Amino acid sequence: MRRALWVLAVLLSHWRRHKMQFATLLIGLIAATALWSGVQAINQQARNAYDRAAATFGGVRTAMLVAPDAATFSQELFIKLRRAGWPVSPVLEGRVQVNGRSVRLLGIEPVTMPADVGNAPRLGASDLSSFVASPGQTLVARETLSDLQEQEGAAPPISSGAKLPPLRVLPQLVSGVLVVDIGVAQRLLNKPDQVSRLLVGKPRGKPAPLASVVGEQLQRVEPNAETELERLTDSFHLNLTAFGLLSFFVGLFIVNSAVGLAFEQRLPMLRTLRACGASARLVNTVLVVELVALALVAGLIGLACGYFIAAALLPDVAASLRGLYGAQIPGQLTLRSEWWLAGIGISIAGALVAAATSLIKAIRMPVLATAQPYAWQQRQRRWLVLQSGAACAVFAVALLLLHYGQSLIAGFGVLGALMLGAALILPAFLEIILLVGQRWAKGPLALWFWADSRQQLSGLSLALMALLLALAVNVGVSTMVETFSRTFVGWLNGRLAADVYISASDNAQGVAIRGWLKERSDVQAILSGGRADTQVQGQPVELLGLPDHALYRERWPLLETAPRAWTQLVPGNAAFISEQLSRRLNVRVGDVIEVPAPGGTWELDIAGIYADYGNPKGQLAVNVAALIRHFPQTPQTRIGLIVAKENIPGLIAALQKQFALDDRSVADQATVKAESIRIFNRTFAVTSALNAFTLGVAGIALLTSLLTLANSRLPQLAPLWAIGITRPRLAAIELTKTLSVALFTSLLAVPLGLLVAWCLIVIVNVKAFGWRLPFHVFPLQLVELVAVALVASLLAALLPMIRLARMQPASLVKVFANER
Amino acid sequence: MLRSIELIPSGALTLLSIRNLSKTFSSAGEPVHVLRGVDLDLQAGERVALTGESGSGKSTLLHLIAGLDAADSGTIRLEDTEVTKLSDAGRAELRRDRIGLVFQQFNLIPSLSVADNLAFQARIAGRHDAAWSKELIERLGLGNLLKRYPEQLSGGQQQRVAIGRALATKPSLLLADEPTGNLDEDTADDVLALTRDLVTRTGCGFLMVTHSLHLAGTLDRHVTLHAGRIA
Repeated sequence: MRRALWVLAVLLSHWRRHKMQFATLLIGLIAATALWSGVQAINQQARNAYDRAAATFGGVRTAMLVAPDAATFSQELFIKLRRAGWPVSPVLEGRVQVNGRSVRLLGIEPVTMPADVGNAPRLGASDLSSFVASPGQTLVARETLSDLQEQEGAAPPISSGAKLPPLRVLPQLVSGVLVVDIGVAQRLLNKPDQVSRLLVGKPRGKPAPLASVVGEQLQRVEPNAETELERLTDSFHLNLTAFGLLSFFVGLFIVNSAVGLAFEQRLPMLRTLRACGASARLVNTVLVVELVALALVAGLIGLACGYFIAAALLPDVAASLRGLYGAQIPGQLTLRSEWWLAGIGISIAGALVAAATSLIKAIRMPVLATAQPYAWQQRQRRWLVLQSGAACAVFAVALLLLHYGQSLIAGFGVLGALMLGAALILPAFLEIILLVGQRWAKGPLALWFWADSRQQLSGLSLALMALLLALAVNVGVSTMVETFSRTFVGWLNGRLAADVYISASDNAQGVAIRGWLKERSDVQAILSGGRADTQVQGQPVELLGLPDHALYRERWPLLETAPRAWTQLVPGNAAFISEQLSRRLNVRVGDVIEVPAPGGTWELDIAGIYADYGNPKGQLAVNVAALIRHFPQTPQTRIGLIVAKENIPGLIAALQKQFALDDRSVADQATVKAESIRIFNRTFAVTSALNAFTLGVAGIALLTSLLTLANSRLPQLAPLWAIGITRPRLAAIELTKTLSVALFTSLLAVPLGLLVAWCLIVIVNVKAFGWRLPFHVFPLQLVELVAVALVASLLAALLPMIRLARMQPASLVKVFANER
Repeated sequence: MLRSIELIPSGALTLLSIRNLSKTFSSAGEPVHVLRGVDLDLQAGERVALTGESGSGKSTLLHLIAGLDAADSGTIRLEDTEVTKLSDAGRAELRRDRIGLVFQQFNLIPSLSVADNLAFQARIAGRHDAAWSKELIERLGLGNLLKRYPEQLSGGQQQRVAIGRALATKPSLLLADEPTGNLDEDTADDVLALTRDLVTRTGCGFLMVTHSLHLAGTLDRHVTLHAGRIA
């Protein structure tokens, strides 16, 4: 043991003398762990929230009985089933408006609620009586309470005027939901004796077959392992994970470069240790122990940084998930112990992987150094050939995945293979460029400039690969976001046809508003819409009722259309389908789709396909009158108005005064548009932040590589100084060299980034969201990104160059000094 | 003594004059007086060996003459230039145009071929002379090694390239710090014989630091540095 400690002390003495190298190693490990753990913390937080949502008093994690048309049914069926031995519990679900906010109301029957409904929040025995007995309770999450601007104990009214039972906070409840006794829910939703679904617990014996009790009035829905929300958000989390993984690898590049250099510098020390009698086994074990200890320290610091990164990004991620999928994620970070353990594990595993080459070299190292010439040229050529061969193999995998892959994972596989291949082939590309430069060089310094850049290539290649990857991802993601942004704004301009939008609190208010508007001369047209929810082929589908008005024909954007599409819509037997739903159901223009409706199946001819960006649900647009005929319960609360621009403020003020509508219930087109664009921008704020982080880590990789190279380059620079090239000039040449290779790398990153953008737009977006965007290139943005990369490279190169320019001659003289 | 008529400066002019030169280093916070008032003259075309025990300050003296380091006090005059008064840039110019340097570790540029290494300093100084370069290559026996890289050469071959590079500018003074320290005895003799010939051919002054009394004896004069002073 004492021997091992001595060996460890000797090994650690290296870091005392190479503090910058030590810092580099730690920075690499911290950066790798921090970004990876940060992203994992966000994903874990979101998944916990989905679990809570799924398990809310028996969500999709519990088997249930529902009506085939997804409508409510009589609670008589519940009584029949209980009598037949079925352990069922009724649930009624609907939406109510509280203080102008629409929330989900869930009516439950706590006594019959099965004990095994997922990990649902449970009511204690003492709470049960106050929940059921008058006046009852409304269970609510703390976030929802604050959203509704209410206090615990208050009994706010809903839009119909009826009052909710007093609010009580249940901390583990999902946000956006109010839970009441089912009797209260039936009264508030005006659905006496009605039930939305029956939750099924574990039966004690063997109950009578379902059909023998209720016939075909109910059907059993088995619990899903994965919720709809999880399925929808998978791509978003995969995207975050991909960013985290990229940053992790960039961090490992830094570690690899630091460990590699330390190993080369410690070779004589290791040989001396072996020569002094330390066994190979002991030295190698201590090397591993040293690395693991460092990874442990760096991992802990990285985890702390990861926590802060996650906490900083979480509000934007929550906004993205709310905007894109309607998922409610709490803005406060809570972490499980698994996260901490996984973070430490990934730090140690990453360090071992990054140091694998050096450790293998150490294990195989002979005690005596063999007289091998340092044939950098031959070694570099062999390395370039091998790496280029590997790159070609990876590109082949990308092509195969592109051709045969169908899933989202395959899409990300294409992206990953493309970037890995490009990173592997980068040194060969740079070698060719530098070789051409060397051939064309005139003058000794120019010749040295190119030749020395070639020689430096192996030392810098990992950092340059990191820069290439970070920049390509930046170009790709920025191009995709900008394309999406422009397409979205253009689409929004067409889609927001009305000048003023009104959302009435209920049908009665809707009728009153319409009656009032008809009397006003400043209103050119009243466009009444409506929405209803149903399920088609197991997919949740929203039915959007459109009024028959020329404005829609002129402005509503359609991607594909049948002849006389708008005319077909009027009688009510045709529909337009959203792009994402058409892909999910594999439905084209001319196909027929069957929609379950309360009055029976509604057959609709598909007359057009339209873009519906940002909507997680599939949508069918139908004539509004036909929608109300087939779905009589459709709330008729949405009203659009055509009004001359100058009359808009006056009309809005009059509406607010007449019907006590707030800003959320009545808004002009510009406000709605601005709000939509604000949500859109917030959605991509997290992408921009991760983009910046990745580029930052690549900058650190370049800086650390240059700093570690700077010391080993002194013997190459000192002779030039000795024969008359001043230190500032040498520093300027070094800076130009670094910037040149960074520029070449950045220029190569542009086409790679555009390819990444193409993959994101044509493969990943389509698979993840169901919509395909037109591919645009934004030259100014590309120039900007290359400039940012060069500034990052300049900043990274500046410190080592300033050190060189200011280096004391004594340091350079040391290179030549055999003795003093 | 054979001297090339056209290259030898007329008369025995003082090429290098060092007066009362001192240099102190700090080691672990303690001052170490390496040079304590060194006086030395070297005539044009003269070949001088500088010997002394380890730590006597031989390499430091050579570095100060070359302008690689700055003296604490005293003067160094090379021909009409007072080296100790030159700025950093001025010293760099002096090394580039008028001094040739040869080191024990060869210090060739690994990324350049032998041909490019040989021509490097002369081209930087703007004094590339194709005929002289050809003659150097021939005399140094490097003709069939021009396309190779330093790593592909033996120690003796590398040192011959270093000597060729240093002499390609036809410097006034050639400074060599243990040029044969890394070579075996026979190779060392060969390399030094070549250097002597070429120095004679160019007529430049030659100051060589060495531990070998045998090699020191082959030059015109032999001075010894002891405890920071010329003994």
